[in-house]
Amino acid sequence: MALLSKKDANLIMDPLADNNPITVQVLGICSALAITAELKASIVMALSVVFVLAMGNVVISLMRNIIPSKIRIIVQLVVVAALVIIVDQVLKAFAYELSKTLSVFVGLIITNCIIMGRFEAFALANGPKRAFWDGIGNAAGYGLILIIVGFFRELLGSGTLMGFKVLGDPITKTGLYALGYENNGFMLLAPMALIVIGIIIWIQRSRNPALIEEN
Amino acid sequence: MSDKRLTLKKRLHILKHHYRDTKWAPAFNALHTFLYTPNETTHSGSHIRSADDLKRTMNTVIMALIPVLLFGIFNTGFQHYAAINGFPSDFSVMRDFLTWDNFWLGFITVLPLVIVSYGVGLGIEFLFAVIKKHEVEEGYLVTGMLVPLIVPIDIPLWMLAVAVAFGVVIGKEVFGGTGMNILNPALTIRAFLFFAYPTWMSGDLVWVHGAVENAGTPDAFSGETVLGYLAQNNVSEFGHTVSDMFFGFIPGSVGETSTFLIVLGGLFLIFSKIASWRIMVSAVIGALAMGLIFNGVVNAGWITDSSPFYGLMSFPFWEHLIVGGIAFGIVYMATDPVTGTQTNRGKWIYGFFIGFMSIMIRVFNPAYPEGVFLAILLMNVFAPTIDHYVVRGNVRRRMKRLKHATIIASTDNEMEKLKAETI
Repeated sequence: MALLSKKDANLIMDPLADNNPITVQVLGICSALAITAELKASIVMALSVVFVLAMGNVVISLMRNIIPSKIRIIVQLVVVAALVIIVDQVLKAFAYELSKTLSVFVGLIITNCIIMGRFEAFALANGPKRAFWDGIGNAAGYGLILIIVGFFRELLGSGTLMGFKVLGDPITKTGLYALGYENNGFMLLAPMALIVIGIIIWIQRSRNPALIEEN
Repeated sequence: MSDKRLTLKKRLHILKHHYRDTKWAPAFNALHTFLYTPNETTHSGSHIRSADDLKRTMNTVIMALIPVLLFGIFNTGFQHYAAINGFPSDFSVMRDFLTWDNFWLGFITVLPLVIVSYGVGLGIEFLFAVIKKHEVEEGYLVTGMLVPLIVPIDIPLWMLAVAVAFGVVIGKEVFGGTGMNILNPALTIRAFLFFAYPTWMSGDLVWVHGAVENAGTPDAFSGETVLGYLAQNNVSEFGHTVSDMFFGFIPGSVGETSTFLIVLGGLFLIFSKIASWRIMVSAVIGALAMGLIFNGVVNAGWITDSSPFYGLMSFPFWEHLIVGGIAFGIVYMATDPVTGTQTNRGKWIYGFFIGFMSIMIRVFNPAYPEGVFLAILLMNVFAPTIDHYVVRGNVRRRMKRLKHATIIASTDNEMEKLKAETI
């Protein structure tokens, strides 16, 4: 017996490609622009969102029959806020430097549209197991784009990856810098993150024309 | 035997036929129209026959740019030798002024910029023509000439190549190519360079050829721009006369220094009806207005010479027009018919804000010694909005007039009826 049924596998695979939260649904753009200047921060952010969304989806799904529909948004906010505080405290305890880099953006996971969107669209209507896989899938789709953007921004903007000087040292002029290469400061600014995401969307749509909206 | 005597034109023709209906057809068509006038005519629909097609328009702008380019070549050499040997005190033409050394040094430093700009830009245009299967457009001809004129002389060529690729792809091709772009591609390229490699786009070394190379050696010299001096409140070292600034014997980006030649180019563009005089005039008015406001602030004694803005704010308002890139920007960039406004009233608003904001950015942000390219890019973004409200305003005015006219007409009718009844 396979670990996942085909339906469950689709819940994970779809958001990674043709139903990606960032590039297709265009949700969660703000944090994708703000924290992707470094690869490490992107990875931590991706993991945090995976945790919050998977757990939150399960909790909301378990409570879906007892939440009065009039106050469901408030209940969802309480759940996501509780989870975000857990993530924030864990980061502060075990990765203080990184939590300073991410600053308010961990707290702002609460306002990430993907999370409330999945609660509303999926967890309120499905069982906990499927909601869990949906949460994993969507957060992974979000995280994938974050990591791709973070990779290019850190490599071209600072010449490093995860803090390692992969292109050589810009001050002592070794590696590529000896040839006159220089870091692209524009890559570290948020507008360039938007352009990188735009290029990813462009490539994805030219490979899969079904995604192009008609108008 | 006869094969070998084929002309290039004939050969291109044969190649073009050979590759017809294949993937590479647009590339050969592109090469053909680039070098020769195509002999094909369109097959359907009704057409307006006019001499000023896209190619003619582009060529006119390039003609207007040639004096500026030649002066840029001369000034590159002139600034280099002036920085080493001192500024020539007497302008005895031909001896230590219009020398071949100046032209030759300028030529061998400016030519690579032109080659890189055209090579990379046209390469990408060809590539997109092949991928998107459309005919190549002449849009890059002017951009390719503008780009070397608005960068510092010592910009590394690979940076220029990266920026040109970025500007053409992200600034133009993603929107659908020539005529569909929101932002001026040449300014997109400059903005990319400015934010990506700020050390090569500002400071006191990049404006004179050789200054970066010799930095830290006994031969070191610097070439601060006029605006750079003013931004540092460094008025005492500032040795340029008004005529130097007007005729362009000052350090700066390659082609923007000579306001005199830019004004001549602008007049040529106005009289050939390529560029809009409304945009140029309103941008000058806007710049003067902002300059006057700043001069007023200084005269009223609201800031003293300890303020970081004192140098630029106390600069006579009209001299703002002859330093930095504002003249070049107003004449050649703001008037871009694709990214500017289309309505006459819109052109006045658009131009005014370009001038107004250029001076404002220039004065208030010493880190951005040249505000004109940011101001033009910003107004490019607002151009469609301005046009939208101008058109809507016009529609509303005409509606009102129409309503008024119908009310008068209907009351007239009723009066006639009443008259008829009483009789």
